[in-house]
Amino acid sequence: MTAPATTTAPPQSSSSEGSLLSKLEIDVRMLGMLGALAVIWIGFDILSGGLFLTPRNLWNLSVQTASIAVMSTGMVLIIVTRNIDLSVGAILGLVGMIVGVVQVQWLPGWLGFEHWLTAPIAVLIAIAVGGAIGLFQGWLIAYLGIPSFIVTLGGLLVWRGAAWWVTAGQTIAPMDTRFKAFGGGVEGALGANATWVIAAIACGLIVVALGFARRRRIRFGFPVRPGWADAVIAVLACGAVLGAAVIANSYPLPAGTARRWAEANGIAWPEGGLIIPHGVALPVLIAVVVGLFMTFLAKRRRFGRYVFAIGGNPEAAELSGINTRWTLMKVFGLMGLLCGISACISTARLNAATNAAGTLDELYVIASAVIGGTSLAGGIGTIAGAMLGALVMQSLQSGMVLLGVDTPLQNIVVGAVLVLAVWVDSLYRRRIK
Amino acid sequence: MPNTDTAPLVEMRNISIAFGGIKAVDGVSVDLRPGEVVGLLGHNGAGKSTLIKILSGAYRPDAGEIYVNGQHADIGSPRDAKRYGIETIYQTLALADNIDAAGNIFLGREVLTPYGTLDDATMEAETRKVMSRLNPHFRRFKEPVKALSGGQRQSVAIARAIYFNARVLIMDEPTAALGPAETQQVADLVLQLKKEGIGIFLISHDIHDVFGLADRVSVMKNGKLVGTASVSDVTQDEVLGMIILGKCPAGATPGPGAS
Repeated sequence: MTAPATTTAPPQSSSSEGSLLSKLEIDVRMLGMLGALAVIWIGFDILSGGLFLTPRNLWNLSVQTASIAVMSTGMVLIIVTRNIDLSVGAILGLVGMIVGVVQVQWLPGWLGFEHWLTAPIAVLIAIAVGGAIGLFQGWLIAYLGIPSFIVTLGGLLVWRGAAWWVTAGQTIAPMDTRFKAFGGGVEGALGANATWVIAAIACGLIVVALGFARRRRIRFGFPVRPGWADAVIAVLACGAVLGAAVIANSYPLPAGTARRWAEANGIAWPEGGLIIPHGVALPVLIAVVVGLFMTFLAKRRRFGRYVFAIGGNPEAAELSGINTRWTLMKVFGLMGLLCGISACISTARLNAATNAAGTLDELYVIASAVIGGTSLAGGIGTIAGAMLGALVMQSLQSGMVLLGVDTPLQNIVVGAVLVLAVWVDSLYRRRIK
Repeated sequence: MPNTDTAPLVEMRNISIAFGGIKAVDGVSVDLRPGEVVGLLGHNGAGKSTLIKILSGAYRPDAGEIYVNGQHADIGSPRDAKRYGIETIYQTLALADNIDAAGNIFLGREVLTPYGTLDDATMEAETRKVMSRLNPHFRRFKEPVKALSGGQRQSVAIARAIYFNARVLIMDEPTAALGPAETQQVADLVLQLKKEGIGIFLISHDIHDVFGLADRVSVMKNGKLVGTASVSDVTQDEVLGMIILGKCPAGATPGPGAS
């Protein structure tokens, strides 16, 4: 293969660190966020006397993050198109109520209680209702030209009110046993073997994807990063996956639950008790799959390219022949659909449908996206960044709970961190410009 | 001179469009033959850009017809215009600043893999090919076009227009933001495309630019066509008179806007 003359690298900064990072093609912003997360984690661990960095706390943290993380992936695309969605918490509330009514009042009448079809039907209804609400709001925004701030501010009131109307304010509980798996907990812990299998598949996919990308660039004669850089990335990524698996697998089920599980599976209960690991939680797996899927949509599909083009220059997108209205409507539809998934996660986690579910979630979701580097001016943002932003916010909250910080003070800290994060980000952007 | 007996590549007949009661374009007719460069001249606000935005599908005219190769053409969107081989380089360049060169060149017409995903490698390879012809020093294929210089951005916009085998090229003030060397590059490109039989509408308010490149000029004033003339039949001063006074000289065919 003859490499064309274009293989000369663009001018690089003279500092050796900069050239190392650029060789690895690692996003410096992302690295900064990981650094901030490390500081938060280690700080809380020291302050709480070693309670934060335990498998148990990290496992709970991952489950608590899942619902917001799922919705933040959609919020990135909405903010990238220079819009906003203030209604996600209210949509989650309404869909959560509907999911509760469906599996507690409607489906048992036809299928009987604890039927295996109850959970799948409930999830499909959640996704369909959420998606329909999102598409409707998207239609108002894209085709009728009503500003998204207004449509979704109205939606915040409308869907929250509708959530109350579903049962006239009554809380619905308990949920179907299989459905409860979506909330994590004991039902949603996938166990050690499944966790290892998933981790192994993930590592395999990482290596294959890196190899394919490299081979493709070589075939076209494009500059490739050095082989060692690809190897370092592969090792780091697989290490992170396996590390997460180890942590999830070193959090055992509580003794009582383990005993019930052993009895149900016909295993004798030994004298010293059984160590049965939780393994990764279903909602966390869902969030990761949603994140990968949304990244695929954003980076590899036309739809994602159009979303970013609209955010970068709406007029140019229109002049390029892109159907900007339909694209925008789909973005809001996707957001609603993700709210449906999050509604399943949070309803199952609470094991109850209440009409207050998801209150203030819109603000956490927007904050996650913004902390994760999504620019409110549009055109810039990554799915992974937003999910990391959700993890940062949840880490702060859960750490403060561990330390016994009062709720009002928790809100003050989270609010201050949001403002600080955006300020630091704007400083960073100005410097690289 | 291009041959005048072939059917016009594009003919716009009696085009009118109004915005809020103001007639931006009022009964204008222009035409373009293969391998011909027609300069559209006029003051700012004369209606040049609006006229070509109708041809490129950004606006729908209130009245009038467009013919492409003698056939009536219904152009309702930029996509329709591109289907007729009409490509436009806008004055604002119309680039999505946050996307790289390949993403902009193929915007709306992405190359897909058999699995329906974006074929970025093919698009980058094609971009390298077309850019090596337009701007051999261009290296920044992976950066968003926001990071590029004015000339580089211009060459991305031009690449987008010529890559898809345009038959009609509309250039709206193509050299307004360029230095002398880059302006010369654009002029060379215009002559090269002309040789390939592409018809070019060149919109400019710089009369020297246009006289150097165009075969004919059409002059607009206050939304109306003052007249059309071969550059060999009129002097620059006469064309200036058309632009400023709306006075149609003897060598030109007068339009409805001639005083």
